[in-house]
Formats: sequence, structure tokens, C-alpha cells
Amino acid sequence: MTELLRVLNLTKVFTIGGIFSRAKIIAVNDVSFEIKKAEIFTLAGESGCGKTTIAKILLGFEHPTAGLVEYKGRRIDNIKASERFSLRKEIQAIFQNPFSTFNPLRKVDRYFFEALRNFGIVEEEREAVRIVKEKLEAVGVAYEEFCEKYPSEFSGGQLQRISIARALLTNPSLLIADEPVSMVDASLRMSIVNLFKDLREKFDLSVLYITHDLATAYYVSDRMAIMFRGEIVELGPAEKVLQEPKHPYTRLLRDSVPEPDPSKRWTSKVLLAEQEHEEYLRTGCKFAGRCPSAMEICKRESPIHYDVDGVRVKCFLYR
Amino acid sequence: MKTLIEVKKIKAYYVLEIFGRQRTVRAVDGVSLDVLEGSVHGIAGESGCGKTTLLKVLFAAVEPPLRMVDGKVYYLNGTGAIDLYAIDESERKKLRWSFASYVPQGSMSVLNPVLKIKDTFRDFISSHLKGRSKIEAYEMAKEHLKELGLPFKILDAYPHQLSGGMRQRVTIALATVLKPKVIIADEPTTALDVVTQRGVIQLLKDIQSRQGSALVLVTHDMGVHANISDMLSVMYAGKIIEEGRTEELFEDPRHPYTQYLIKSLPRFGDRSKRESPPGSPPSLFNLPEGCAFHPRCPFKMTRCEKEEPVIFNVGESHKVACWLAEG
Repeated sequence: MTELLRVLNLTKVFTIGGIFSRAKIIAVNDVSFEIKKAEIFTLAGESGCGKTTIAKILLGFEHPTAGLVEYKGRRIDNIKASERFSLRKEIQAIFQNPFSTFNPLRKVDRYFFEALRNFGIVEEEREAVRIVKEKLEAVGVAYEEFCEKYPSEFSGGQLQRISIARALLTNPSLLIADEPVSMVDASLRMSIVNLFKDLREKFDLSVLYITHDLATAYYVSDRMAIMFRGEIVELGPAEKVLQEPKHPYTRLLRDSVPEPDPSKRWTSKVLLAEQEHEEYLRTGCKFAGRCPSAMEICKRESPIHYDVDGVRVKCFLYR
Repeated sequence: MKTLIEVKKIKAYYVLEIFGRQRTVRAVDGVSLDVLEGSVHGIAGESGCGKTTLLKVLFAAVEPPLRMVDGKVYYLNGTGAIDLYAIDESERKKLRWSFASYVPQGSMSVLNPVLKIKDTFRDFISSHLKGRSKIEAYEMAKEHLKELGLPFKILDAYPHQLSGGMRQRVTIALATVLKPKVIIADEPTTALDVVTQRGVIQLLKDIQSRQGSALVLVTHDMGVHANISDMLSVMYAGKIIEEGRTEELFEDPRHPYTQYLIKSLPRFGDRSKRESPPGSPPSLFNLPEGCAFHPRCPFKMTRCEKEEPVIFNVGESHKVACWLAEG
């Protein structure tokens, strides 16, 4: 079996407001995808598209309104807290800001030894040091540089590597990385992304890479999904999704990435959504208000997923 | 092309006193720069390289602990050169926003959350142009928004009712309402999504070309620079280490740091392995001797550890501060 994680028809609705003025926001709407073993899968989209909500559901911080999540063939979206604990060993996460991952008043190495003890991975200290050294080496941080230091003594890039090393302690099979490079300096970004590739080779690790940065997503991922207003609009191999985008929204996103080449400057203009809330509440295709090729049907009905050349596209153009 | 701002070898340090011990952070250390009329001047660099401090110096917003230690900044407004740090504060205040204006980084903290956008506009206009009535100010704001192609209804909104991209565009509209000659923008698109980013960049470029002003754009995103900058300065550890026309710089980067910056960028259609420079940027409080980049440089020579490189001309407008360019 190569499927590690399967997400099926996942939906999450948040209710906001009090008794009198209730409003529903569909943060995630009928999302399905799967992550294979030793695969780097990217969820890309703009802020507010629901990608972080999916990460929270996978990690058990939120409960889905509908749909299910399966890990190695077993449902994990409705399990008890005690079962959740053993699952943490298998699914680990790193987050956007490494400085808020660690308590600033606590030495970073304490987290490592504590994690090893809590999960019952080691019995004695010598063994613990060996494991910590091994994981730090995998992310390119020297053990001597790391011991007895507070988070503020590291740079952002270094600390993000350290948080990856901490996630690796339990030998997870899936790493959920939520915007791991958006706080890291431009010149160090690639070193973090390269790390995902290395770890995949070395430990057969699968990575769910959540980002809004399409350029690094293209560079690192095997398959990717583009999300828009809570829905996956296009899913397929990264090469195909970004080099021959099919959904009009993917095309817009792809064209809006500024390319580091002065000969490829933008020539056309973009239209921005004036009211974001309106797009969430839209019936029919959520993108119809801005879509250059919108048809009558797009405003009335929500498109289903069509299979075009190995890519799943949610657009009536491919009916 | 006329020069609008001339910067001559400025040094601006943060001088801090902690328990009686003085610590100096050399945020801007000997930077010279010319901002030309009708051009987009990009400044690239990582966080902590001194680019925001440089902008503060350009905008005459130097406040303790930041101190101008050396150098001159001239504003050339057509009638002559004004030495920005030799004139009175009241005169500086007149130049602020009307000659040079500033678009700050976080648009959320710029707009007053309890005032409607139109009231913010009115406050802004009436404090800079004396004797405008409420209605005149409102008309002026409306006229300006119309020029920029933004909807009028945002004037009646509170900041929290607008999306991040719209807020940023309102901030830009506010900064340009007095038709400044120079627009200084500090990471105007950093927290925005790609499509919104494109909209904001588009707006800045529009204003710049319509008003014929100069835009000084600071961002670490080399893609944005490639897209709109005419000239590009690369900063590292408080110094400009390379400068030139954007096309030239992207085609033939000479400084090893610039080479890393440009070559490490992922590009569509090319998935070959990219490398970041080893190590991390130095702290401005404790800079290495010689060339500040030498601990990370793959082409390090012995003289780089001792001697600070001078600036070499390697093209018509292309300058680089690296010993490799010598001879």
C-alpha cells in the first residue's frame, strides 16, 4: 500500500457571531486528496483559502464538520485523546514562526530530551544524546552549537532547522509543514526546502508542504493541489499544474508570481476581489466573479471535478 | 534624467547604552546613492541588513537611538540642493510627504482603526495644506482615488472592513495624495498574497509613471525587483555591495552574495538543485573584519579577511564592492 494519508470529502464550517446574528463560514469545502509514501505533496493557495484549517484537522486540533481522514487505512478524525498521543509519533508538524514554536525562556535542547522521554523512545541519557546528535546532523546543525542555548541565540533559519530536527525525533512518517519558509530570509529559504528533499531520500518521509509560494512549491513537490476559497480547484503533478495550468484561477496565480528575470515583466493587469466575503458565499463557482472565461452555468452551479490529462480540475471549461 | 535625492557616504548608527556600556549597531555604514527622476530604484537585501534604516535616513525620520554619524543627504527640488540635515525641523516637515513620501510596511498599523478612511484622508490633507475645508479635502481624496482606480465606497469604510490588499492600496493612496516627487516604499507587499501583491505593485508603478516621480522600493523579493526596478542596489550588512541596472545585475551578478541571491531562486521550468549561501547573515552589532561576507563566501581570499573591499566600476553603471572584481 503506497497511500499514507487519505482525506475524503472533508468539510469544516465555522459559525461566527452570537445568537442573533449567526454567520457560517465554510473554511474547507468537500476536499479530497491523498499523500503517498515518501512523497512531497503541496497545498498551495492564498491566505484564507483553508489550507491551515486542513493542517489543523490532520493534527487533531479541529474536528471536521463532515468527511473523514484516514492514516494507513485507519480513521483518525474521530479518535480519542489517548489514541491521538500515539499518533503524534507518526505525524509531526513544524510551523511558520520558529520563534513562537519555542518558549523564549527555555533552553532549546530541553525540548529534545523531553520529547524523547515523553514518547518513551529512550531509557538512558547516552542513547538520548546519540539520537539528538543524529537528527541534528540530518538538518545540518552541530550539536555543540546547539546545546545550552536559548531560542533568541539562533537565527530564524537555524531555529527552523532545529524545529525540523525536533519533529524528526520520533521517526515520523509524515511531516506537516505549515508555511515553513515565509519567515526565513530569502537566501536561506532554499536550504530549508532542500532539507525536505534530503529527508525524503534518507528517511522515506512524506511531507505535506503548505505554502503560498508557488516557486518553491514547484521546485520541491511531486504533486500539488491549488486551493481557492476552501475548495481544491486543481490537483495533479506539480510540473503539469504549474507549467500547463488548466483552471483559470491557477493561471492567474501562476502569472502573478514575479519571475526573477527582467525580460519576463508583467504586461497585463489583474483584477482584485473587492469583497472577499462575497466570494465565500457565492453559489456556483467561487471564482466566477473574477474569471475571464466565466459562463452562465458558472454562476448557478458549482462545477464537479473533471479529469483532464491526469490532472483533477474543478471547472466547467472541461465539461 | 534629473537626480532627486543624492546620498553621500552616510553613516547612521544605533547608539545604545546598556548599564553604562555603549553599544553601537552600524546599520548603515557608508552608503552613497542617487535617486533619479522617473525611475524605480530597488533596494534588495535580507532582514537586518540595514535597508529600513537607510529609508529612515532618506525620509528624514532619524530619531534616537538612531544617529546620523556622517555624510549628507540632499533633496534636489528644482531650485537647488537642500541639505536635509542642515535645515530646521519645521522646514523638514514641509518637505515630508510633499517632496518625499513613505509607504510603510504594515498597513494595519498605519490607519487609525476608529476613524473612517475619509476622516483619515481629511486629517492628513488639512494638516499639510492649510485652509482646506472639510468638503474640499473630501473632494481631493475622491479625485485622487478616481485617478488610482480605487472604488469610492472605501472612503466610508473603517480599516478593519477592508482586505489586506485594499488597506495597503489605501495607504499608498494616502501617501501619494500630495503628489510627492519621491515615493519611498518599505516592503509594501511582504505580507500579501501573490495576486494582491501584483495589484499593489501595479498601483505603485502606475502612480510612479503617471506623476513622473521616483520610486524607491525596498523588498527582499528578487522577483519583484526583476519585474519593476530600473536600478537595483544590493545591501549586505549595512553597505551597498553591488549596484547596477536591473537587467545587467540579473544577467551578470559580480558579487558572490548577489550571485547566490539570484541563482538560488527557484524558476518555473527548471527543477535543478539550488543552493543557499552557507551560514547566516552577520549581526550588525558584531561584524566580521574585512569584507562582511567573507565567512560565507566560497571565493574567499586571504585579503578579504583583513581589508574591506573598495568599490570597483565593472560597467557603465555597474559597481561592485568585491576584491574579485579588481584588475
